[in-house]
Amino acid sequence: MIEIKRLCVDLGEFVLNDVSLSIDEGEYFIILGPTGAGKTVLLESIAGLNPIRSGELWLRGHNVTNVEPEKRHISIVYQDHVLFPHMTVKENLLFGLKMQHLSVEEQNENLNWVVDLMGIDRLLHRNPETLSGGEKQKVALGRAIITRPELLLVDEPLSALDPETRENVQQELRHLHRTLGLTILHVTHDFEEAISLGTRIAVIGDGRLMQEGTPEEIFRHPNSEFVARFAMTRNIFQGTAKRKADGSTVFRVNDTEFVIAVELEGSRHASIRPEDILISSEPLRSSARNCFPATITNVLDRGSTLYITADIPPELSCLVTRQSFQEMELQEGKKVYLTFKASSIHLFD
Amino acid sequence: MSFFKYIAKNRLTFTFLLLGLPLFLFVIIPLAKMILASASEPDILWKTVMAPEVRSAILLTLFTALLATAIGFILGVPLAYLLARHDFPGKRLVEGFIDVPIVVPHTAAGIALLFVFGRQFFLGQAFSKIGITFVDTIPGIVIAMLFVSLPFLIDSAKEGFKKVDVRLEKVARTLGASPWQAFFRISFPLAWRSILAGNIMMWARGISEFGAVIILAYHPMIAPVLVYERFETYGLDYARPIAVLLILVSVLVFIGLRTLAYKGDRS
Repeated sequence: MIEIKRLCVDLGEFVLNDVSLSIDEGEYFIILGPTGAGKTVLLESIAGLNPIRSGELWLRGHNVTNVEPEKRHISIVYQDHVLFPHMTVKENLLFGLKMQHLSVEEQNENLNWVVDLMGIDRLLHRNPETLSGGEKQKVALGRAIITRPELLLVDEPLSALDPETRENVQQELRHLHRTLGLTILHVTHDFEEAISLGTRIAVIGDGRLMQEGTPEEIFRHPNSEFVARFAMTRNIFQGTAKRKADGSTVFRVNDTEFVIAVELEGSRHASIRPEDILISSEPLRSSARNCFPATITNVLDRGSTLYITADIPPELSCLVTRQSFQEMELQEGKKVYLTFKASSIHLFD
Repeated sequence: MSFFKYIAKNRLTFTFLLLGLPLFLFVIIPLAKMILASASEPDILWKTVMAPEVRSAILLTLFTALLATAIGFILGVPLAYLLARHDFPGKRLVEGFIDVPIVVPHTAAGIALLFVFGRQFFLGQAFSKIGITFVDTIPGIVIAMLFVSLPFLIDSAKEGFKKVDVRLEKVARTLGASPWQAFFRISFPLAWRSILAGNIMMWARGISEFGAVIILAYHPMIAPVLVYERFETYGLDYARPIAVLLILVSVLVFIGLRTLAYKGDRS
């Protein structure tokens, strides 16, 4: 559906180098990369908002490399919403339709459709500055889809939101993707967000495309140090959550059962932050519900801290300071115990 | 809290107040004294108002300054937008040159203009072909005012455009707006207050211009030139009523426009 061929962009401070990507109709495609990796530049270049140095962009079989942004039918939603501050919510939503010179009836028809879809009828006559972050994001999404774009670009749409609203907007995006069959290109630095929403992921770093594949491929088989570090520093597992006879809930992965603190069931992803895991040479007696024997399989030196990978199985990454590393004489092959609280395990779709 | 304790606690505020007060009085006393002195002789003030050459001078001043502002608006706002949105080699130089009229002595600015718009020079010759001359004419007054007051509009409009998030224009483009529509529907309305403030400053600066105008056009006489002429020819007592009138008119118009500009500000 969209084909990016050897795209190079040079904006001085941000550079994209030889990026090629192909996104299919109806995909939820994620571009994952750390802050400053050139993700926003890539999105804006696809929308035609940045001058490109070389490369081509094809949309539904047409070369649109030199087509004006207003003729591409590609909408963009920014992290901080970027609503027109001098217009009401309604005027914001109608802007794109007015630009297309639709009749008043058509404008109202589309407006009602978006208002129903996003559930924002109460907001229509408000000024953008009076809206909450989640409301702004909904309006921004509504404004972007009201013109029925062929491709929706979303730039870190969840980063500026509090956890609850985040969950909400995430559902909204998933919903838009499924019900409208909309092709979405979503940029984020958040690994969990990427796995949770994406049908495919491209990792970009330093203005380059590092790896492209399904979420599973990216976090199971990283092809480079960069991707590995990006993926490895976030222990992410796929497994099933279920309630046990004794009333506790566990998350089962590779025959290992982690005790978790939320009452959920079914197939999920789980993550544990490396800094939440304790390493000890003896089993710890503590209030933490999870304590497992493991074997160290890898040590990654990051200077004052180190990432220790230990296999239960599954393999878990743990963050330790250089001091602990030396005092405990940690090394590959050593048998240790990993301890973490049930509440340290974060479950997501 | 006693007064002295209060001062002891807020020594910085108090010291700065002591330093700032004389300056404030320095501005307000001469103006107030002149206006009050005239107010005590209302018959003279009234005679001044009724004098045709005084009224025509003041109207001419307001009109020519308005004309200069209109030209500045049409040609200056686009330039301000370019300077706010684009980086190019030599941009600093361009910005510097635009501000030069602020630092150049205005009589010198008038001489410089005469060198280009005078009858024997190229622009002067070009314009004279379409019947516009600049020496001792209204167009001469207008270009003198334009030259010295333009930086106020350009700088203010430029800052206004810079404050408009460029991504607002980008979003507008993706929603189907042409560059022109993005400018007129997004950037211009959002920078409008700064542009208006710049226009007011420019107009006020035009009204108060003397040096550059007197080099190009002693006649027809604008109000500042008339004040100067009366002072030179008849002395202080004859210059004062006109000066007072000029100050009152400028201040009233200035306050009126500022109020108008702030009324439109919702945020």
